[in-house]
Parts: sequence; structure tokens; C-alpha cells
Amino acid sequence: MADHLLEVRNLSVEFHTAMGVVKAVRNISYHLDRGETLAILGESGSGKSVSSSAIMNLIDMPPGRISSGEILLDGVDLLKMPAHKRREVNGRRIAMIFQDPLSHLNPVYTVGWQIREALTTHGAASAAAQTEALRLLTRVGIPEPEKSLDKYPHEFSGGQRQRVMIAMALALRPDLLIADEPTTALDVTVQAEVLALLEELQQETGMAVLIITHDLGVVAEVADRVVVMEKGELVEAGTVREVYKNPQHPYTRKLIAAAPGKGKMHSPGARGEPVLSVREVRKHYGSFEALKGISFDLMPGETMAVVGESGSGKSTLARILLRLDEPDSGSALWKGRDLFQLSPAELYKLRRDLQMVFQDPTQSLNPRMTVYQLISEAWVIHPDILPKAKWRERVAELLVQVGLGPEHMGRYPHQFSGGQRQRIAIARALALEPQLIICDEAVSALDVSVQAQVIALLDKLRKDMGIAFIFIAHDLPVVRDFADHVMVMQKGHVVELGTVQEVFETPRQDYTRALLAAGLDPDPDVQAANRAARLECAS
Amino acid sequence: MMSFIRKRAVASLISLVGLIVMVFFLSRLTGDPAALFLPVEASAEIKQQFREIHGLNDPLMVQFGRYVGDVVTGDFGESLRKARPALDVVLEAFVWTLWLAAITMSLVTGAAIVVGSLAAFRAGGFFDRLSSVISLIGAAVPDFWLAIVAIVVFSVNLAWLPTSGTGSLLHWILPIGVLFVRPFGIIVQVVRGSMISALSSAYVKTARAKGVKSGPIIFVHALRNAMLPVITVIGDQAASLLNGAVIVETIFGFPGVGKLMIDSILQRDFNVVLAAILVTALAIFVMNLLIDFAYAMLDPRIRH
Repeated sequence: MADHLLEVRNLSVEFHTAMGVVKAVRNISYHLDRGETLAILGESGSGKSVSSSAIMNLIDMPPGRISSGEILLDGVDLLKMPAHKRREVNGRRIAMIFQDPLSHLNPVYTVGWQIREALTTHGAASAAAQTEALRLLTRVGIPEPEKSLDKYPHEFSGGQRQRVMIAMALALRPDLLIADEPTTALDVTVQAEVLALLEELQQETGMAVLIITHDLGVVAEVADRVVVMEKGELVEAGTVREVYKNPQHPYTRKLIAAAPGKGKMHSPGARGEPVLSVREVRKHYGSFEALKGISFDLMPGETMAVVGESGSGKSTLARILLRLDEPDSGSALWKGRDLFQLSPAELYKLRRDLQMVFQDPTQSLNPRMTVYQLISEAWVIHPDILPKAKWRERVAELLVQVGLGPEHMGRYPHQFSGGQRQRIAIARALALEPQLIICDEAVSALDVSVQAQVIALLDKLRKDMGIAFIFIAHDLPVVRDFADHVMVMQKGHVVELGTVQEVFETPRQDYTRALLAAGLDPDPDVQAANRAARLECAS
Repeated sequence: MMSFIRKRAVASLISLVGLIVMVFFLSRLTGDPAALFLPVEASAEIKQQFREIHGLNDPLMVQFGRYVGDVVTGDFGESLRKARPALDVVLEAFVWTLWLAAITMSLVTGAAIVVGSLAAFRAGGFFDRLSSVISLIGAAVPDFWLAIVAIVVFSVNLAWLPTSGTGSLLHWILPIGVLFVRPFGIIVQVVRGSMISALSSAYVKTARAKGVKSGPIIFVHALRNAMLPVITVIGDQAASLLNGAVIVETIFGFPGVGKLMIDSILQRDFNVVLAAILVTALAIFVMNLLIDFAYAMLDPRIRH
């Protein structure tokens, strides 16, 4: 009877909301065996997380309702279990790790306490739990494990927090580990480490892994088989190689085609007079040196990508160039005038030339303003740009320019999807007719297909309007598609600076090579080769 | 953590010093202190004598220096009505108020946490709606009205409890009961709101994925996080009780600092009023420190 460790059969989940019934998952079936890794691939809203929440009994009912189907664990239907038995399964037989380990760890308890709880909840004695917690932290590679037991989640880095989550999830050696976007919030190099750790642990324990992701690269790196979901339906299933090489469903083809990093790289022409010339910018916070002398030139209509891991100083640089933060020393000549020496009045005039698009449009758009208000606010602040009578017309124009329509003017940000919100943010930046837009991880939060569209939009604006971009990103394939020049930063230094081709094809620095090697390629064969190269590099 | 507490202590100390300065100058700004401190019917001679005894003819800064020296050494002068040091009179009353506030707030906190948490756990359910109605009424009902109704019902009609005064444990029931209602209503609402967001947080999801039971999820995982905003409100409510539950104490003839202040103002016993203001201010200063301390105990992120 029990052929598979986990079998999901004809599962349907709906949510009863004020807007009506949303069928989040429709009649999906998949299975998973011991020692195997299955990836559920999909974009936001595809319902890829819903089925795993149903497996973990994490769906709030109401508003959620499982309208049909079975979830069999070793042949026993989890949906029909009495509550106390069902609870016993969580943590003991099935465990889960999540995308954002900071918010998923309780901020007010030590990590030792939280790992011990996983054990004591299922009957372990507290002394034994203490020993085991120490062993687990050591196993997942947390430095100074004994001291770390008494530390709080905020005292760890993002990658370490995910390791703590993994230690906690694996405390009782579950048969199945569900990993919901486990590395999405992490730097590429850290992502590679965490995925490697997961694989090692899987080999040690023989557990099955169900990994939920939007990233074809992650699928290629860790999964044996993959199921693709779109709008609540399972549209394709197969081995990773089959699905990548020979996708059957149009949606899968679209996803694979949209994966960045395959297009022709830009080859910037000869460099003339720079529009922005940054020299020796330094900044420290307390004893921490965030920027240790940054210099670069930016030409009109050119894209300078800034890449590096978190803590490398990328965002600090952006804030300083916009004078949202003051540098300790250095200069930034904008058309010959030093941005850092401008008086507040001069700066106010110059603000319209320099605009910024932030990572999270949900946070950077005021939720109580309509799209019209959001975009036209720029002209309230700089009234000389446009007479009020023309505002409506111009907002409509801008919306069309970013791929939305005039009918969207009266709506509020929450009525749009993530990608549409980012377009609104771009339209807002364009309202001032800037000559430089600084994008701080502007496409990181977007789905792959939307990301491709937004990048295409930015590239069009660059060509048509001659806008220069400083494009801060951790996603190297996106950088490869969009940048003219790439600046690689590490710990406040520029370690490498060159054209996109130079940096991607003939990287000179070990750090750049490590960064490139850590990136995941959506093609399972290429990824397997990369992986072999990386292992060689490490040994 | 100590540096956090120290910073907060210095900040509140500044406002305490500000208050001491303000009290002095206000008592001088409102006109002739002799007229303020002495009964209305005092003769010009007596006023003159009063000025000389208390050095009111000296330059203002000299007077201020003397006043600060007195305050620091705890000398607030004599109560004009009771012929005892003003500070003794105030402290005597303050002990009553302190007990009243402490008992009331302990009961309120305990009850509000349990009711608010359970309401949040099944938000929108019957218990939630019932507790919402009760707590909203509680927060809205004026205490003077409630006090009078309580006396009419429990003391006059049912004759279960004494109408006013002190002497037995029974005397405490009505004042505590009446003072309980408003802070309870307010804090239940805050606990509920704060718990709803804590219960829908990501770390609660993790706890559920670990197989933790509902009890510990509510009272261990969510509650400690939810308490942070609640503590601030508890502090505000406790402060208003410490200020002297003026009306309730007066209605129940409860010898606390609120009733003392009203009596002293009516009797123009100004030394007592000044002492009472500074003692309650000091008490609120200490309580704020305790709140900050509790904050730091609950949230490790504040400690660092």
C-alpha cells in the first residue's frame, strides 16, 4: 500500500476571502520517496507553498479549507488524523524550514532554547536536549557552538540563522524535510553553502527533501525531480533534466526562456566625458568601515552594476551618492559639481536629476496614496517641471511608458502585483525626468518572468532617454543581461571593475571567480559542470 | 543592558529636575506666595511675618537655591493644617495609594493578559466578541458614575460592602473593583491586538511546524513578544493610578494621595500639595525605570 513516503493525491485548497473564494490549489498530485529531492517550481501566486502548508497543517481554517484530496505519509492520510496525533507528526516525522529565518525564529528566546524545544516537545529530557542541541549546532557549522546556544537570533548572520533553522528542523531526524525558498534571502556564496549542507545532511539521514522555489538554478543544483505549478495547477512533472531540456507545457517554456543570464552581453563603446565621477569615497559607522575608498566613472546612458555580498557596502554607496547619508571623505562630481559640497538648496534642485528605485515596492509606495498621487507628488515638490493642468495627461503617459495604463491612475498600491508596483515606482522616478537612476536590488523581489520585463523596460529607458543607471544587485545573471560595466565590491573595497564581458568571461580576482562559481545555472548539465569546478576550486 | 537602563534613567531624571524647577517657578509666578500659602483671611501683618520667616523677600535665585536644597534633603516644610512635616503627611497617604494601585494593576494585568490572549486565539469567535463588548464598555464608563452605582448597589441596596473609609479588607473591594474597570478594558484591547499579530507571525508558524502545543504557542511563543507594547500601556495606566485616583479616592473616602491633594488644595495647604506632586513624580520616575527594565528583560534586542 505505502509505495511512497509522501503522496499528495488530488489536493484542492480554497481560501474564503472578502473578495470571494480563491482556489489556491486545484487537484494536484505528486509523490516523494525516501532519500529523494522533489522541487516544486512556481512564481508567486502559483500556490507552490500552499500544498506544503497543507502537509504541515499550517493553513488557517477558516479562511482556508481543504476541499478535496488526501495527503498520505507512509500510507496514512494526514488529513484524517485526530489533532493530537497530527501534531505529533510535525517536527518528528516532517520538519520545515522557511525563506526568512530571522522572522521565523522567535526573537526573544535563545537559539539553544528553540532547538531544545523541538526536542522536549516530543518527549526528550531537557539534559539530553541540551547535549543534542550542542551537537546539532556543531554539525550545521555554527562557529563557537557552545557560546552560540545562548545567543539570540539577531546576533547571527542570515546564513547562520538558516543553519540554526536547519539544526532545529533536523533535531528529531525527520523522514521528510520541507524547505520553502530556503536560500532566497541569502547571498549566492552563502546559498551554495546552505544547499551543500542540506545535501550532506540528506545523505547522512536518508530523509526526503521537498524544496519549494522560484529559482531554476536551485532546482538544477539540488533536485532529482521537479513539478511546475501555475495558478494553482500542476502543469508539468518530470526529472529535472527532462523538464529543462524538453518542456511540454507553454508555461514551463516561458519560465525557462525568462531565466536571466543567457542573452547577449552589452559591449559599451568608447568612454567619453563621465556624467558622474566618484573618487575615494569613505564612510565608517563607529569602528566599522563600510566604504574604504570607492572610485569609479559613469557615462551618460550607461549602466554600472554594483555586485557583492551583503555587508560589502553596496547600499551604503547608493545612500551616500543620493546624500541620504553623508560620506566621511571623497568626492562625487556630477557634471563637474561635487555632490557632497552642495548646499541644501542646490541639492534640492539637483534631486530631480538623481532618482532611486528601491527593492521592496510594497514599502516604498505609500499605501494611502493613489497611483496618480504617488507619481504627481514629484511635481508638487518641484512645481516648475509641469503646470498642474498637464499632470493627468503626463501620469497617463508615464504609466503607458512602464507598461501600465491610464485606467490604473485611481488605484492604490495594494491593488497591484509586485511587478506592477515596481513599475509604478519606476514611473514615479521617471516623473522628474532624471538623468541617473539608482536601483537598489530593484528586481530582486520580482518573479523571473516579471523580472525579465522590468529589466527590458529599464534597458529601453536607458536607450531611449539616455538615462544612466547604477544597478545594485546580488543576482549575477540579471547583471550579466543588463549591465555595461560591473563593479565588484567586497568589505568596502572595489575588488574588480570592468566591462561586463571582462568581469563575466575573464574575471581577474579570486573573489569574483568565487562569486561567479557560486551562482546557479538553470541548465542541470551546466550546473553539474559548475559544481564539479567549484568542488575542485575548494579542494 | 545597564547602559540602556542608565540612558533611560538619565532621560527621566532630566524631566524630574524640570518638574522640580517648574513647580518652584509656578508657585512664584502665580503671584505672592504669601497669598498662595496662607489662608485667604490672613492679615497683612501675618503675611509680612510669613515672608520674613520663609525668606520670601530674598532674591528669587537665592530662594530657588534654598528650595532645591530643601527638596534634595526631603524638607518640604510643615503642613499648615496638620502641623507635621508635609512629607510625612504625603508619604502616609502615598502608601495607601501605592497599595491600591499595585493590587489593582496586578489584577488588571493578570486578567487582561488571559482574556486578551484567549480572545486573540480565536479572533472573531464568541469569546472574542463578548470580551470586546465588555472591555469597550469598561474603557468607556466614567469612574465617578461607576463608583456611585457600585455604592448604591453593593453598599446601600445589598448592604454587602461598606460605603467608604478603611478598616477591613472589605473596604478595599469597591475602590479596587471600580479602578479595575477602565485599565482592564484598555489593556484587554491592546493585548488582543498585539497577540493577534504575534499569533500570525512567522515564528509562531515555525513553532507549529515543530509540533508545539497550543498552550505554549500562546503563552510562551506569542505572549512574550506581544507583551512589549502592552507593557507601555500598563505603565501609562499605572501612572494614572499613582497620580492619585482623585475622584475614586474621594468618593470612597480612601485616604490616598489623590484625596490628600484635593483636600490640601481646598485647604490651601500648599506645602503638602508640592510634596505630593514631587513624591508622585518620583514614584512615576521609578515606575518608568521598572517598565524600561521589564522591556529589556523581555526583549534581548533592546539589551544589546
